[in-house]
Amino acid sequence: MNDTQLSDYVTFTTAEQMFGLPIECVQDVFKLSSITRVPLAGPEIAGVLNLRGRIVTAIELRSRLDLAAREAGQVPMAIGIESRGESFGLLVDTVGEVLKLPDDEREPNPINLDRNLSRVAAGVYRLDGHLLVVLDIDRVLDLSPEAAAA
Amino acid sequence: MDDLLREFLTETNESLNLVDAELVRFEQEPNNGAILGNIFRLVHTIKGTCGFLALPRLETLTHAAETLMGKFRDGMPVTAEAVTLILSTIDRIKSILDAIEKSEREPEGGDRDLIDPLGRMARQEAAAPPQVAPSPASAPVEHQMPDKPEPPERAEKQDKPVAERPDEERGDRLANHSIRVNVDTLDHLMTTVSELVLTRNQLLEIVRRHEDSDFKVPLQRLSNVTAELQEGVMKTRMQPIGNAWQKLPRVVRDLCAELGKDIELSMRGADTELDRQVLDLVKDPLTHLVRNCADHGIESPAERIAAGKPSKGTIRLSAWHEGGHIIIEISDNGRGLDLAGIRAKVVEKGFASEAQLAAKSDAEICNFIFTPGFTTAAKVTSISGRGVGMDVVRNNIEQIGGTVDLKSVSGAGTTFTIKIPLTLAIVSALIVEAGGERFAIPQLAVLELVRAGNSGEHRIEHIKDAPVLRLRNKLLPLVRLKEVFRLGACDNENGFVVVTQVGSQVFGVVVDGVFHTEEIVIKPMSSKLRHIPVFSGTTILGDGSVIMIIDPNGVAQALGRAVVAAAGAENSELQSREEESDEDTVSLLVFRAGSQQPKAVPLSLVTRLEEIDCRKIEVSDGRHLVQYRDQLMPLLRIDTQTSLKKEGAQPILVFSDQGRSMGLVADEIIDIVEERLDIEVSSDRPGLLGYAVIKGATTEIIDVGHFLPQAFEDWFRRRDPSAARRSRNVLLVDDSAFFRELLAPLIKAAGYRVVAAASAADALAALKSDTRFDLIVTDIEMPEMDGFALAEAARAMPAAATVPIIALATMVSAETVERGRAAGFHDFVAKFDRAGLVAAIKEQGADLDRAA
Repeated sequence: MNDTQLSDYVTFTTAEQMFGLPIECVQDVFKLSSITRVPLAGPEIAGVLNLRGRIVTAIELRSRLDLAAREAGQVPMAIGIESRGESFGLLVDTVGEVLKLPDDEREPNPINLDRNLSRVAAGVYRLDGHLLVVLDIDRVLDLSPEAAAA
Repeated sequence: MDDLLREFLTETNESLNLVDAELVRFEQEPNNGAILGNIFRLVHTIKGTCGFLALPRLETLTHAAETLMGKFRDGMPVTAEAVTLILSTIDRIKSILDAIEKSEREPEGGDRDLIDPLGRMARQEAAAPPQVAPSPASAPVEHQMPDKPEPPERAEKQDKPVAERPDEERGDRLANHSIRVNVDTLDHLMTTVSELVLTRNQLLEIVRRHEDSDFKVPLQRLSNVTAELQEGVMKTRMQPIGNAWQKLPRVVRDLCAELGKDIELSMRGADTELDRQVLDLVKDPLTHLVRNCADHGIESPAERIAAGKPSKGTIRLSAWHEGGHIIIEISDNGRGLDLAGIRAKVVEKGFASEAQLAAKSDAEICNFIFTPGFTTAAKVTSISGRGVGMDVVRNNIEQIGGTVDLKSVSGAGTTFTIKIPLTLAIVSALIVEAGGERFAIPQLAVLELVRAGNSGEHRIEHIKDAPVLRLRNKLLPLVRLKEVFRLGACDNENGFVVVTQVGSQVFGVVVDGVFHTEEIVIKPMSSKLRHIPVFSGTTILGDGSVIMIIDPNGVAQALGRAVVAAAGAENSELQSREEESDEDTVSLLVFRAGSQQPKAVPLSLVTRLEEIDCRKIEVSDGRHLVQYRDQLMPLLRIDTQTSLKKEGAQPILVFSDQGRSMGLVADEIIDIVEERLDIEVSSDRPGLLGYAVIKGATTEIIDVGHFLPQAFEDWFRRRDPSAARRSRNVLLVDDSAFFRELLAPLIKAAGYRVVAAASAADALAALKSDTRFDLIVTDIEMPEMDGFALAEAARAMPAAATVPIIALATMVSAETVERGRAAGFHDFVAKFDRAGLVAAIKEQGADLDRAA
């Protein structure tokens, strides 16, 4: 273990909670304009959209975490992610700055972390005044029922 | 990998596939020198190249095979054993090639196990002098061969480059016009063209919004060029379906050897082309179906001879283009599907209960073989019968937007028909709207568009809760897209009906709006959405928005049993006489009139269901009449208990025939059910055929034939009412399922029990059975054995010699009538003259009564 190893995290907030994703998983960040709903899809699927010729499946982080829906009129931001050859957009409230954080300061999920959160979290950073939950993107994108039950 | 080596691998694999097919042909025609020459040359070329590329193991092996084949060429008799040996050598060569492809080196190990028997067999036959063994192109490598050929070989070997060149050049002259292109390159080209099509669509959309744009003309040109380019690129991806068939002769041959059967595989239309992506996807299902035919379909030679068939079975593969589809048909002349076995298995596996099965047609029963986990093979063989087969076959085919249908005639064979689109990448789609969202429906599935509304000609109606639409004398089941997609309730009855066909099911999809047709590029669906059965993909429209592509198959499932049942009835190609009952299920319209007891009539007799404003009903001379479609239509009551409503809408059942219509007054339409029509208690009451149990309730079956003459006295000119309710057996013979379906309920409704046969052979078998027939109604034009021949054959049978025969003719000439009389026909009826047929049947029945 190298003590001085730093990782870059793209930070964002959803329902007042701050999250971080390793910068390697993030392709781009864009403002959500038009989106096509997909009937019969699960609640996490916000819809599909066209991002420069690619079809992106938008996943609503609030639904994924069983949080209340976003207030009407509030336009979400989307974090573009490539996973296994497909494009996804993770819908969040606001996108913050990129933080450089030392790897050894990342702490495991607190034992009493909300179940919905611990399902997708890969650790926590204690920052000044607030906590940053690092998301495991594979687990966020794993919508299979078994994963949800685990 | 070295380019040379890669080239060698591709070429050799192609040659080997050819050798496979050729060898099987060769075994069948051992005297065909041309085939042998082909095989010899192919193996020879492989051997030569091996030497050049320093692949000693491969070279030794091919050499040994070549030596043996050389003997054949010199007249040594070809044995099945020898062919098997050569085939296994080829398999070994393939596995070595596979290893080379992976590691770029020959794998370790020896091939003594094959080389020795090859050598032994080549030496065995003294007929050919050993030194004749022609191995002109023996390798220039020093690896020793088991039976390294003799001196002349040296000289020939030096000739090799010279000797072989002309040969290759001859082949190349054709090949000069073609080049080898990596498949990835083509795929990439296709993707790029797809993007180009999308961009073009986008540009067209923009220009559409600006009326006088300078871009219009050049854009039109761009559009045309793009279309041409698209077509051209598609063409490069086209491959003959024969490529997918290449392995099949070998498969069948190996199966024959293993199962001790004798099967001929005939292939037609091998040059029919389709997209290579589609081709790849159908390869496995095809192989599986052919294996199935060979394993389950074709009987052993002994069984075949016992059944009076030639000992050699035939599996026929054919392919042809039809519209934007390619149709592949795999048929065998084996024993057909074992319906009883399927029923038993279905119950045993718990897919359906006995009671549910009883209500199903044979065609529906057959379809159970596509259920996951289904297999009827009594013992699991290595060939098929692992229960992973047919459902995977259907899945694979449906995944590419295709359908698979099956027909089976007991004792005569099974036919699978696969219908698949030519290409997957770009399709024409109809853009529709439902619940504020737009969706694409593949144009191939769309038959027509109908505007439905309260005011217009087409109105959406309900039978119980099921929406239906009357369309040209047919009731079309409807499915509301908004409901299927849970996009909110459908409050109004206005909308567009997209008449859609999936397989043989026709149904209407109700949408809020219809836009236009657009060429769309199908993009694979996100893995997170793939579980939703109603969508098959996504696409980007010209305006840049993403929309979902509807999978008509999935929507049909949402429609539920109603459509399946209707389709089953339409489809029931199998009118099997061995069934424990000779009654098939029919669609019945259940309604209430007068008493509380439900009443039913066969749906096929009902032309339309109408609701008529009571104020429009007129009374004249004690009869109720209504103006309907510019005619006066008499309204009849089933009995005196039935009364016409005083106000509001009066539901009526309309029966039409030859431009005349009659309305039967009903209180309420209850349901449409699919039931076996077993009239359990017959009735003496006029107008009532009897009683049957339908959906648990005792139901009166109405004799429509009783009411028709009341409406129009001359409806059946020669109608004899007393004959109507006698239970007599009628054998209906027609090769067209459509006519069997059309006529069987008609005859049934006239009070007869109907046994339908799909061919003259089936009919004769039915006549041989225990059932006594009172009347035969047969089509004249039928394949194999026509109506005349059937009549003559029936006359010759003691049991059937006196049975009257009515012929159904599409055209009646004096000559046919004469010929028919000679053959023993009692009457001729035009095929479309339904009333005439009923009259003729009754007349023959009356004659019988008098005779009795």
